[in-house]
Amino acid sequence: MLRHFDDDLNQFKETLLIMGSHAESALAQAVQAVTERNDQIAEQVQQNDDIMDQYEIDIDDMAINLLAKAPLANDLRLITVAMKISQNLERIGDEATTIARRAVELNTEPQLKTYIDIPRMAAITLGMLRESLDAFVNKDTEKARAIIPRDKEVDAINRQLYRELAGFMAENPATIPRCLSLITISKSLERVADHATNIAQEVVYLCEARDIRHEAHKQ
Amino acid sequence: MTKDTLAPPLKTAPPPPSVPLPPAAGLVTFDVSQLNIWFGVNQVLKNVSLKIPSKAVSAIIGPSGCGKSTFLRSLNRMHDLVPAARVEGRITLFGQNLYDDDVDATVVRRRVGMVFQKPNPFPTMTIAENVTVGLRLNGVRKRNLIQERMERSLRMAALWDEVKDRLNANALSLSGGQQQRLCIARALAIEPEVLLMDEPASALDPIATAKIEELILGLKKSYTIVIVTHNMQQAARISDLTAFFYLGELVEFDKTNRIFTNPAKKQTEDYVTGRFG
Amino acid sequence: MATLHHRWRKIKSSIISALCLLCATIVIVPLAFVLFDLLKEGASSLDLSFFTQLPKPAGEVGGGMANAIIGSFTLLGLAALVGVPIGVLGGIYLSEFGQPQFNAVVRFAADILNGVPSIVWGIVVYAIAVVPMHGFSAYAGGMALGFMMVPLIIRTTEEMLGLVSNNYREAAFALGIPHWKIVLHIVLKTANKGILTGILLAVARIAGEAAPLMFTALGNAGWSHKLSEPISALPLQIFTYFKSPYADEKRQAWGASLVLVLLAISLNIGVRLIARTRAPHLTK
Repeated sequence: MLRHFDDDLNQFKETLLIMGSHAESALAQAVQAVTERNDQIAEQVQQNDDIMDQYEIDIDDMAINLLAKAPLANDLRLITVAMKISQNLERIGDEATTIARRAVELNTEPQLKTYIDIPRMAAITLGMLRESLDAFVNKDTEKARAIIPRDKEVDAINRQLYRELAGFMAENPATIPRCLSLITISKSLERVADHATNIAQEVVYLCEARDIRHEAHKQ
Repeated sequence: MTKDTLAPPLKTAPPPPSVPLPPAAGLVTFDVSQLNIWFGVNQVLKNVSLKIPSKAVSAIIGPSGCGKSTFLRSLNRMHDLVPAARVEGRITLFGQNLYDDDVDATVVRRRVGMVFQKPNPFPTMTIAENVTVGLRLNGVRKRNLIQERMERSLRMAALWDEVKDRLNANALSLSGGQQQRLCIARALAIEPEVLLMDEPASALDPIATAKIEELILGLKKSYTIVIVTHNMQQAARISDLTAFFYLGELVEFDKTNRIFTNPAKKQTEDYVTGRFG
Repeated sequence: MATLHHRWRKIKSSIISALCLLCATIVIVPLAFVLFDLLKEGASSLDLSFFTQLPKPAGEVGGGMANAIIGSFTLLGLAALVGVPIGVLGGIYLSEFGQPQFNAVVRFAADILNGVPSIVWGIVVYAIAVVPMHGFSAYAGGMALGFMMVPLIIRTTEEMLGLVSNNYREAAFALGIPHWKIVLHIVLKTANKGILTGILLAVARIAGEAAPLMFTALGNAGWSHKLSEPISALPLQIFTYFKSPYADEKRQAWGASLVLVLLAISLNIGVRLIARTRAPHLTK
């Protein structure tokens, strides 16, 4: 039976997905600002952070009103999962803003080296984010589970880049400001990957009603 | 037709500042002011004042004996039928005082329809006769009009598809949920502007209840609906505004999502969370 | 010890059941005797001539009660014309309209009238109808029987209307239907089978009354050609014939008694058949 409540739920999902696409483009633009050394794009990313904050507030508000109608089963999980996803998306937005700020800093000095690792991390992270949101839309638990191991790849690249930059800083103190900015950017990307992983875990909970968070610690 | 002393509804009325109205509305259907009702020596309603907006669903909640049904029935002058009832105060329907001396209660009831808790289709009549009884017994003769209204009402009540092939079957051959939708169709057939519902789904199973709720959500685009319910989740699901009554007094009347997520009065919060009594 | 108590309880139960059966039998036995007697004495009298011929003059053998049979039905018809409208309308008033105190008075009056001996009705109608009209008549007889029906029909009508659930009245009021239309088209229509039952029972009650007819319809040895003339009736004929010394007339009286009892039985059966076709909403 078609319900008026389904309309409300669909609108709620739509809002979350729009927030998700905002997060994706913020991240992509932030990385672009770094690789293309573009201040304008960096500025734009920082200004758009407010949008993400407002979306988180709106989604929580919608969620509370939907929960007051005492939905059950799938509907109930959808709403609680969506609230958590929106929180993760908002943090991704914050990380994108951080990256953009670091990009502006980097642009005040000449480029340190050819960027290889950062674009690589960015590609994997963006992929994880995009696929986690896809998995949410399509309720594809397999896809969601496949995202989770990739977090380790991103962690590995981050560690490796850290060692490399630490070496630079030791050899040549003049590079310290740029290296620190790059380390920050790398850390931000690593955190975004964590958030994308969280989103994937929430999607698994939505589909399977199984909480797979923190399972890595048990192994 | 008997004399109609109620003029057509006002086209515009300023929204009252004290009560929040749902976004698209701007009209007030009922303006209740200092309503007091006694049954014999018992005072059942005390100084109730509120404004019920048009084309929206207003829910009335509260524990047993708080006066919700009494309040509902005062909106279509059903208390006229109870000799021991005394009504004081003012209720206006689209600006006109319902309890004026020259207002005919039967005319009021044609503009303000009512659906009761226990489905009560007339037992000696077929489904078709039940739906059209309000029209026929109020003097409407034209067969085409009656036929057309019957189909329209049954469609609005989401019952047409289920009964269109057996319109001449006795009304009691329907299930409980279908009978209640038949009663809704019967009320809608005389084209009221308001629909009062006194716990319409409380005698029904969950599936029938869900159908009635969907029906109400569809109707609110065209009708003002006031529904008494003891099921708070139902009030949260279908209403735009909710009034909480306790011991004959109106405790709080606000947007539904406020009442159920952050009520202003502690009494309301206690009732809504089930911490009462 | 437990087994003994158990057995004693069973014995007690059987004794009580047997006593109940005995009491029921005691009730039915007189009825059975009456029917048996009637059939024995009267069945032989029910030949074609009984139903088609007029009574023969005293002493002559033969003849029938055609006029009494027609007369009884005529009187019942007239009685219904008087009793049914007053009774049903009165019952409607008590159930649907009126003030509580006034209604209580009316009910009390109806109950008293129910207990008035039938012969008194005869005397009263003699005074109010026979004397002014300067003669006995079917009209007077019908009036007497009709008045007897009124208290019965008022009470049964009121009860049957009371059985109609108030939910239906409320629903009809909520549709803005005027009160009188609600009573006529909804309440009455719902209770009509029950009211009919009440009427039939009242008819069965008065069908066999002789006393009220003695001073009003008087009786007639032949056909009545006008309703303003005295008219014959089965109870009257039974009364006349049974007093008679002639065996043949007594025989016919038995026949007439049998006819009356059969009439009462068929009315009661009719009532039960109607009750069975009643819609489920009234059988609580």
